[in-house]
Formats: sequence, C-alpha cells, structure tokens
Amino acid sequence: MSDTEAAEEKFAVEVRAMSKWYGDFRVLHDINLTVKDGERIVICGPSGSGKSTLIRCLNHLETFQQGYVSVNGHELNEGMKNVEAVRRDVGMVFQSFNLFPNLTVLDNCVLAQRKALKRSKLEAREIAMNYLERVKIPEQSDKYPTQLSGGQQQRVAIARALCMEPKIMLFDEPTSALDPEMVNEVLDTMIGLADTGMTMLCVTHEMGFAREVADRVIFMDGGVIVEENKPDEFFDNPQHNRTKTFLGQIL
Amino acid sequence: MTEILQWLFGEFYGNMLSVLLNATQWTIYLSLTAFIGGGLIGLLFTVLKIVPVRWVQWTATTYIWLFQSIPLLMLLFLIGLGIPAFFKVDIPPWFAAGVSLTLFTSAYMSEVWRGALQSVPQGQWEGGKALGLTFMQILTSIIAPQALRVAIPPTVGFMVQVIKGTSMAYIIDYNDLMRWGKKIANSQIDGAEPFIVYPIMAVIYFSLCFPLSRWSKAMEKRLANS
Repeated sequence: MSDTEAAEEKFAVEVRAMSKWYGDFRVLHDINLTVKDGERIVICGPSGSGKSTLIRCLNHLETFQQGYVSVNGHELNEGMKNVEAVRRDVGMVFQSFNLFPNLTVLDNCVLAQRKALKRSKLEAREIAMNYLERVKIPEQSDKYPTQLSGGQQQRVAIARALCMEPKIMLFDEPTSALDPEMVNEVLDTMIGLADTGMTMLCVTHEMGFAREVADRVIFMDGGVIVEENKPDEFFDNPQHNRTKTFLGQIL
Repeated sequence: MTEILQWLFGEFYGNMLSVLLNATQWTIYLSLTAFIGGGLIGLLFTVLKIVPVRWVQWTATTYIWLFQSIPLLMLLFLIGLGIPAFFKVDIPPWFAAGVSLTLFTSAYMSEVWRGALQSVPQGQWEGGKALGLTFMQILTSIIAPQALRVAIPPTVGFMVQVIKGTSMAYIIDYNDLMRWGKKIANSQIDGAEPFIVYPIMAVIYFSLCFPLSRWSKAMEKRLANS
C-alpha cells in the first residue's frame, strides 16, 4: 500500500508514536497501532506491560504525554474539551464490571441513554431490554447488580455499553475477575458481538477466544508492542523470545 | 403550656420550666439554621473539593481547613463582638450566632461528605465516564446516592454536636436555653440553685440530642445489614 492510500484510509483507531509516563516511569513507549472499522484486536502480555493503560488511553480514562491518538476521527489530547462525545462512541467493559449498585440492572442500562443521549424513557427502556435479551438476561432486569453472579454482572456491563450503540468496544480483561465456570458465558457474549461486525479491542489472556475471534493479536511487554500478527501465525510461529516465553507460560 | 406545667410541677417549677422551654425553641431555631445553612454551604464546598480543577480544590481546602481550625467560641466572639466593635456596625446576636454555627458546621460537614464520596470506588467514576456521562451527572446519579449510606451516621452524629454547640451562643447574649438557664441559676432565688437548674437544662438538651443519637444508631445498623 502506498503512503497516499494509507493516509486516505479511515481508521477506527489510530495511534502514532504515543508515549505515556507516570512521573519518571515510562509506561507506554512509542506505540503505533491502527485499527480498521470492524477489526477485532486482542492485546495480551504480562501484567504491567501497559496493555490496559493503552486501551484506557483510547477513551481518555488515561491521558498520554506524547504522540497522536485519534478515535473515530476525534483527535484525543490532554485537557481536551467535550471528551464525553468521544466516550459515547466508545464502549468499555471493565475487569471489575463497574456496574452501579444503587441502580437496578435495567436502570444501569437506561441511565446514560437518558442523560448522555437524551433518549426518552420509553425508548431507553426498550433499547435496554433489547440488549439485555441479546446477552440473555432480560429476566434479571429488575434485580440489583449484587444479586447476580459475576458472569451475569459482566454480561449486564456489556449490554449497558451496547445500549449507547458505540462504534468501538474496549474490553479490559473482562473475564479475569470471574470464577472459571463463568468465563465462557461472557466469552460467548463477546463472540456473538464480534459476529455483528463490531470493532473490538480486547485485553485478555483467553487465547482460545483470540484464536477464534481476533483478526490480529498484539503482544505487549514493558510498555512496547513487541509483536503483532494474525492469530494462527502468532500462536504457531511466534517471532520474539519474549512472546515465546509468555506463550509458554500461559498455554 | 404554662398552666399545664404549673399543674404538673407546682407554680414555681412550672414557671421555671415554662421559661426554659420557651428559651429552648431558640436553641432549636439556631440548630436548624446551622443544619440548613451549614448543610447547603457544606454541600457546595464538598463539590468544590472534588471538582477536578486544582485551584478550586485548593480554595475549598483552605476554607475547610480555616473554619475547622478555629474554635467555635472564637468565631462567636469574632463575629458577635469583634466585628461590631471594630467596624462600628450592629450585628444582632441571633445573626452572629447563626453565621458562626453555619461556618463551623459547613466546614465539618464538607469534610465528612468528601470522605463519604471518596469511599465510593474509583471504578464507579470510570464506569460513568466510559458511558459518556459528565462529572456532575456521575456525581449526582451514581456517586452521591452510594455515598449517602456512608455519610448518614456521621452527619447525624455531628448534628448532636451542633445542638450542644449552640449553648456557646449565650456568650454573645443569644437568648437560648443556656442563657436563660444561667440567668435563673444566678438569680439567688431559693429553689433555683445552679445544682437544680443545670440538671433540668441537661435533661432538655438530652431530650433534643438523644432521639438523634438513636436515629443515627438505627441508621447505622440498617445500612450495615443491607
């Protein structure tokens, strides 16, 4: 592909030479990453490698000090105004769910639709029920989050994010806090979402999921993208020693 | 009311009680002023303290630090006696007492409430932000309702401190229970010795504070169970 073609292509996410420091410590080092619409990316790596920090920069939960980041055509930078507009287009699912315990499952899904998208109560409820059905828990809609299992809570969190009808979904270790028997119900939900053509960036160690769903797997270590490749290539023929060591430890 | 009290406790003590209870209403008004004024201003500074703007936080911190560090008695002297004398203005005791207790209460309450807000996990903020909600939307719909549970017991507990604190306003001639009680106790009348009057006043203060203490305890229990 020539440079002009590359420049014209529209990316869902575009990260160029991005670096981030916590004080003197450089957590992200010269990150370059582009994601096309509909692409599914899995990011893995040892803890402290900066993978969560990277995706948290994409919806401005974290700021970065150097480089260029654009998400859905919005350029992100420190101290930017109207960051909410960017976030409405970017859904995020957290390791610890972050459901609101003071609201019912339904209201968790309705709140931001009403406040941020100004949807009517009726419309918001309808959309919420629609997505709760998609994650297969419409019958729990009147319960409070703490009354649900971890897997159910995470599915609610996914439905809540989808209610905003985002263009990109970020997953930050969505199954790491779950009991083993609940991992699959969440992964199945994510696979179902991938089938709809959603642009997804998932930080996860679920390698089966990566193989099945990802268009690309990215391996990070020490704040650097060490390797990125198609899943088959990545797992069967890793290029770097650090990747090999990591895969040896988790597979 | 006086007649009933006279019938219950005899003419002398009935009259005394009537005077004391009459004065108690001013204690209640002053307490309510402090609750409402201090609550509203306290709420304002709670929000300022957590707004993600450095200089705003710093202003709030200074305010809270200042009025938490100054003894209530000194505030009363300063506003009730110091300012009127120095600037040659007339400040009625009820106003000086109301302002002093409001400042005192607001500084303390905003500290308590800030603590309660910060006890809500950071992930709740992030959950709200990720959905595109603004700072105030997250604060009012997600964080504050959860913080309320934490904040109620210490808030009610402090209301008891405020009620007792109003007794200091007698020193700038505010006509509350303390001032009238002290007058009667100093009157040299047989049967109105300090040893008799002060315990009666203590019972009145107790009956104002005790229900609040019980309420706070009950609330604590209910919140611990849920």
